[in-house]
Amino acid sequence: MKALRKPVYFTAGYNTVSFGSGRKEFHPKKSRPGLEHYITEAGKGAIEQINDVKHIDEGVIGNFMAARFNRQGNLASLMVNVDPSFEYKPMVRVEGACGSGGLCLTTATRTVLSDAADAVLGIGVEVQNPVKAIYGADILAGAGHYAGERKSGHAYFFPAKFSDRAGVCYEKFGYEKVREAMARWYEQAILNARRNPKAQEYHNGIDDLFAAGMMPPNPKVFCEYINVYDCSKVSDGASALIVASEEGLAKIGIDKSKAVELVGYGVAVADLTKEPPDQTKMTTVAAAVKKAYETAGLGSGDIGVLEVHDCFTIGGILEVEASGFAEYGQGFDFVSEGRTRPDGEIPTNATGGLIGFGHYTGGTGVRQAVDLIHQLTGQAGDCQVEVKPDRPYGLMVSMGGNDKTVVSCIFKKAA
Amino acid sequence: MILDERLENVAVLGAAGKMGSGIVLLMAQEMAKLKIQNPDKAYHLYALDVSETALDGLISYIRVQATKAAEKGCVALRELYRGREDLVENYDIIDQFTNDTMAVIRPSLELTTLRNARMVFEAIVEDADMKIKVIKQLDSICSGDTIYFTNTSSIPIHILDEGVGLGGRIIGYHFYNPPAVQKLAELIPAVSTRKDIVDISHEIAARLRKKIIPSNDVAGFIGNGHFMRDILHANTEVERLSDTLTTVEAIYAMNKVSQEFLIRPMGIFQLIDYVGIEVCQLIMKVMSKNIAGLNLESDLINRMVEKKILGGQYADGTQKDGFLRYEKNRPVGVYDLEKGEYVMLDPDGWTQEVDAKLGTLPDGWTPWRKLLMDPDKDDKLKNCFNNLKSMNTLGAELAKAYFRRSKAIGESLVKDGVAHHTDDVNGVLTNGFYHLYGPVNDYID
Repeated sequence: MKALRKPVYFTAGYNTVSFGSGRKEFHPKKSRPGLEHYITEAGKGAIEQINDVKHIDEGVIGNFMAARFNRQGNLASLMVNVDPSFEYKPMVRVEGACGSGGLCLTTATRTVLSDAADAVLGIGVEVQNPVKAIYGADILAGAGHYAGERKSGHAYFFPAKFSDRAGVCYEKFGYEKVREAMARWYEQAILNARRNPKAQEYHNGIDDLFAAGMMPPNPKVFCEYINVYDCSKVSDGASALIVASEEGLAKIGIDKSKAVELVGYGVAVADLTKEPPDQTKMTTVAAAVKKAYETAGLGSGDIGVLEVHDCFTIGGILEVEASGFAEYGQGFDFVSEGRTRPDGEIPTNATGGLIGFGHYTGGTGVRQAVDLIHQLTGQAGDCQVEVKPDRPYGLMVSMGGNDKTVVSCIFKKAA
Repeated sequence: MILDERLENVAVLGAAGKMGSGIVLLMAQEMAKLKIQNPDKAYHLYALDVSETALDGLISYIRVQATKAAEKGCVALRELYRGREDLVENYDIIDQFTNDTMAVIRPSLELTTLRNARMVFEAIVEDADMKIKVIKQLDSICSGDTIYFTNTSSIPIHILDEGVGLGGRIIGYHFYNPPAVQKLAELIPAVSTRKDIVDISHEIAARLRKKIIPSNDVAGFIGNGHFMRDILHANTEVERLSDTLTTVEAIYAMNKVSQEFLIRPMGIFQLIDYVGIEVCQLIMKVMSKNIAGLNLESDLINRMVEKKILGGQYADGTQKDGFLRYEKNRPVGVYDLEKGEYVMLDPDGWTQEVDAKLGTLPDGWTPWRKLLMDPDKDDKLKNCFNNLKSMNTLGAELAKAYFRRSKAIGESLVKDGVAHHTDDVNGVLTNGFYHLYGPVNDYID
């Protein structure tokens, strides 16, 4: 892949609360804000940080399955709810399962790179709680190959896909080592989330998180090799940010100290109809990250803060390997030794990640970028990690399906 | 006749009642599974009741509950429907299993439609004469080998056996309320009960994932044998407290002591309301009639029944007012028998004064709900009750007396030949009443 033809900046990030079970104010039988609310709250949260909304030229919205969770299509038009000035402006919805948010970022980026727009509003959203988890599992299974694997699949289709990966890892690398790393990942995710008031697990009060993470799986009611703590929860929420050119950033009146520059990105897809070539590897993640490193002219040694797509603990660990931070098979010890903690070698998912913050599927990629903007510009509050000057870059991985549609972006603080 | 064959034709008498509807749900799900595995066979569950409206309510109830159960059991149901290519999503599978469950049920108002039944669950009103009359009528039109499972919670099984002339084709199969949720079934064979029926009973329990605890055929069995005497103890204490508290205050106090100090899921008066005040009166009468020298009678219960305030639940499961008034199933008032009206709880007024008289809860106290899933439950209970032991507040004294009485009741159930062992008594209280510990324990002494 070629290097970016001109600088592209990301700024004005905003996340809603990730709402769902775990939040004290959540009650499954009480009415909740809907899709429109989240799109509007996140969009407004971004545009309120700029001088004049009229400078927003276009919009991109990332979403996975509103058509089934909320019986709503045509989401691009809903972006007008954010601000009436958006009427008749070009807006587009993009979809790549749980990687939809990542595709939102790259679509906005390409629009800016093409000189078609100077400032693009990007929103990622998903509102999943209107559907019970057992039926939500059907909807999310749409990220797999319906005709080829849904009938033979598990009731909890995606948890079982990653349970299978965990099972193969147990066999190959030893049960104790892998299981402990997964429980440590959970523990770290919740500890991080407890510092983030918008995280779904902010109120999590479990005393012994590691012990909870070690709970033996119960295949009768769930999966064979993972427990519920290995999984991200059902979430409602949205995130928004603005992608801008040099001129665009000036027009919207954002100081560079509040922006990050996208220095490289990679997008990769793999054949949806085929099983992963190796259950112990995230090959598509590796391909996308490699492209990102190449376009940026960087390597994992340059990265100081990391955001991976840990929809399941095992996935998070395998992505740390696929992104080049640990050798193949070494990711488990790497995590268990605490090297991904906020004070570790490579602070990972410092705001909680998908397990701790929550996972509003189609919006998560945007949320990850928003959190990296905050980390790299020193706006991450209690979740702030130290970004060392010799490793000033932030890397993110947004993944759709079982390692099928992947976007990886690398940012640095704008200068 | 093996169980699978009997399960082709099952009947539930009193199908629309609180217990009957739960049994219909359990059996319909089991029969639907058999139908999926044996598509060429026919399975019929005759659901008999006396009111058309009640049967309509039953069908709505079963549909909602069957769907919920299918949602919960979807992992296994996907396996069961593995061969059905048309059922792909969880939604398809849950919908199909709900329909398959409904499809085995034959609601009926006419006893004659039950003539093919080979297994009958009886859950009609707790009245021996009525039970004998209905079973006799049914047995006269069924094959000679139909077997009966009575859900009575108090009437000796041999009385029903002899009354109908079944020659041992009956057994006590006492589900706890609600049958679909509660894990316990008390199994009460009469001396005359046929051995194969005992075996079948265990087999059904295994399929329905129920825990069986055997009881001897003595009126009230283990569950009510303990519960009714527990009620009388609370009644006596309310009278004893009349020097210092009004009856309203004393009912509130004993309910609080039995729930909070004893760390039980409900206070004793709330439990009476839950079961139904008149039902409790009826059970006491049955026990007194059938156990020589026993006279169980609660003055408080008799007075409430006279006032026609009966507790129990509405069709949707919400609690009706009884000794206590309820809002959203939580007690908010206490009935004043003198004035004939409810006195509302007043946390800034009289209830606070009674609370002060009872005194604080022991150190280390944790609410029942929190302890339920706590792996350190036993140590925490031990610690809390050990602290209770050294306290001499009114609340602590009432709680200790309650502990001792409850233990004595448990021990006498074994001595009097109702239970085989104190473990069985403890098992019924923990599995059927959701107590955290059995009454026969060493916490206090």
